[in-house]
Amino acid sequence: MTLQFFALYGVMSALAIALLLVMIRLIKGPTLPDRVVALDILSVLGIGFVATYCIGSGRSAYLDVAIVLGLLVFLGTVAFARYLERRV
Amino acid sequence: MKLEEIISAILLGAGALLMLVAAIGLLRFPDLFLRMSATTKAATLGMMLFMLALIVAFQDSGVTTRAIAIAIFTFLTLPVPAHLLGRAAYFMGVPLWKGTQVDELRGKYDPYTHHLESEPVKSELPESKAD
Repeated sequence: MTLQFFALYGVMSALAIALLLVMIRLIKGPTLPDRVVALDILSVLGIGFVATYCIGSGRSAYLDVAIVLGLLVFLGTVAFARYLERRV
Repeated sequence: MKLEEIISAILLGAGALLMLVAAIGLLRFPDLFLRMSATTKAATLGMMLFMLALIVAFQDSGVTTRAIAIAIFTFLTLPVPAHLLGRAAYFMGVPLWKGTQVDELRGKYDPYTHHLESEPVKSELPESKAD
């Protein structure tokens, strides 16, 4: 079993299960902040997927996507938090 | 498998496991604040382990620089939105878990100016507007 096989099948399936659980919380979430937390974790999982695919495919160019995603997560969640606090 | 591949696989597996733990905590914990305590910590450490696995697997200066940049971004930017979101959720009146023992902030936030006082303020928090 090579590292590529492990990354593409083992790690990807664990991340996919995590994605499914987060999606359940995103749909079910009783309050709006619950959904925002779920979105936050969803994009962190996205960065994890990109990193895993980098190792699995052996190409490092996809890491730039992870950098952009990491910056956008921060701005998105801060904007949501400001909006929620102003709305009260 | 070479040694660096084994180390990278172990780091990658641990990171994926932590992400899974964060997702399970997000689904299973009873209220928003407990959920946030599960997700922020586990997801931050999982991201660090992923970046370490990338560094070990590629052993290339460009990849190392970018992975360290992502790790620092994550380390700086995951807790700050979590704090802001928790504060906003407390003002919104998100319900606490029924087993909560102590809520030290109750009544100490001015509900209109959002300033924190050391003595309890007169007016109570507005009723729950969470939807």
